[in-house]
Amino acid sequence: MELPKQKRTGAVIFSEYKRGDAIKKIIIMSREDILFELKESKLKGRGGAGFPTSTKWMLTAASKSDQKFLVCNADEGEPGTFKDRVLLIEYPELVFDGMVVGGYTIGASHGIFYLRGEYEYLLKSLHAYLDEMRKDNLLGKNILGKEGFDFDISIFLGSGAYVCGEETALIESLEGHRGEPRNRPPYPISNGYLGKPTSVNNVETLCTVAHIVLKGGQWFSKVGTDKSSGSKLFSVSGDCEKPGVYELPWGTKVSELLKLVEAKNTKAVQIGGASGMCIPKSQFDRTLAYEDVATGGSVIIFNESRNMLHVLKNFIEFFVDESCGQCTPCRIGNVKLLEGVEMIQNGNFTFANINKLKELGKTMQVASKCGLGQSSPNPFISILENFNDEIFNSANGGNHGK
Amino acid sequence: MLVIEKNALSEEIEGYVKKYGSDRSALLMILHEIQNRDRHISEFVQQEVARLLNIHPVEVYSVISFFAFLNSNPKGRNLVRICQTISCDMHGKAGAVHAIERELGIKVGETTKDNKFTLEYANCLGLCDMGPAMAINDQVYTKLTPEKAVELLSKVK
Repeated sequence: MELPKQKRTGAVIFSEYKRGDAIKKIIIMSREDILFELKESKLKGRGGAGFPTSTKWMLTAASKSDQKFLVCNADEGEPGTFKDRVLLIEYPELVFDGMVVGGYTIGASHGIFYLRGEYEYLLKSLHAYLDEMRKDNLLGKNILGKEGFDFDISIFLGSGAYVCGEETALIESLEGHRGEPRNRPPYPISNGYLGKPTSVNNVETLCTVAHIVLKGGQWFSKVGTDKSSGSKLFSVSGDCEKPGVYELPWGTKVSELLKLVEAKNTKAVQIGGASGMCIPKSQFDRTLAYEDVATGGSVIIFNESRNMLHVLKNFIEFFVDESCGQCTPCRIGNVKLLEGVEMIQNGNFTFANINKLKELGKTMQVASKCGLGQSSPNPFISILENFNDEIFNSANGGNHGK
Repeated sequence: MLVIEKNALSEEIEGYVKKYGSDRSALLMILHEIQNRDRHISEFVQQEVARLLNIHPVEVYSVISFFAFLNSNPKGRNLVRICQTISCDMHGKAGAVHAIERELGIKVGETTKDNKFTLEYANCLGLCDMGPAMAINDQVYTKLTPEKAVELLSKVK
């Protein structure tokens, strides 16, 4: 089935761009110049963790090695996130040009594009696109005639593991092992794929980079807020008239976004996917930004008719399924949280027990090995706290989170 | 399995090893090719892949057991996966699932008697704006209704 394409507009990513523009620009720039522009832009990684891209690339560039790798992380598995799908179908030029820029900057000649198994239907068009780039000498040896500028991209297909979006788990699976996260440090910037310095970047980050090197770091940092520069793609789904991908500047209020997508009778918004937080109506004036509600871009909207306990159960079931099972807090903790939700559903719980489980959630946040277990208690804690009345007191005239 | 079938299979695996290399880093891509073809990775295949990559067969099994899209037990010829994550759930996943279950006469997680379909749940397929979504093998279908879901299955050979 062909997924529909649409005309999009936005301040950065959806602004005008032609294939190869960024590559034509960088062949006359030094690596220091590119790093300087990125530093000026204050771009932070768009996968969710928000690590400054210029710092990551500077450290990878500074690592001494005969071989380095640039990995594009297209393993978006967070529930409610689909921006990478849109970028790969409608804007492959940005993704792959961004990878070439990254490879040039850190000194890698091999880029690996890690595509999630669920997106296998995109594989054919992506291969065809890369072939076209090779024909135009935007990939391969001596790119655009620049002596010694070699870079090529291979596509690696994941096999349906959410945890492989974590960069060290992703590298493990690239190497042919179980996708279990590694202890950090060492970080991939010094010991990554096959032990070589590796930079793992999100699809959206690389797309943004292509625009930044073309138009300058200052142009980019003018958009957004002081601490969160630029714009962000939001994947909006759930109860609204116009679900889809929107590019909005950081600092946009939740209520503004709801208006834009024509959401009505909204009770709650889950921001940042299953591992994010659920905010009730009273907090809709909060802003989407690293300094307030940070997110990888997933926005799921719930209207008044939704049962928040059912929503919570869906999220926790997801984590029980997707925990890699390597560390105890995550493997057992998520099962315990699910048991707690089921107890509440059956009306067979004690508040003492539920409070213990909230404590357990806080323990998981500090004791888990990777981001999965560190963030999986977020919906449990935020939904039980913000929708306390609906969940525990509704039989006694609760106000349903209003 | 007949010796002649085994030989043909070995040859095919050798072809994949030639294509992706004999380093361990080629393992997942090789397994993926076989999974796509046979819908499972048999013990014989695991041993052959291990031999060609020079690793222990149980290492191959370990990797297969980790990933949701790889399996060592046989499945039906066509794999139907319905997204169970929240956005698809809210837009009526359950109706589509029940319709398919009724039509095929199996529950989620089972395979039809004629070995034509295996029905499974999947976690987020990344089609949340067009839910409920379903994947049949590597193709995806969106905005399912119970009727549409069944109709799509009837077109599968």
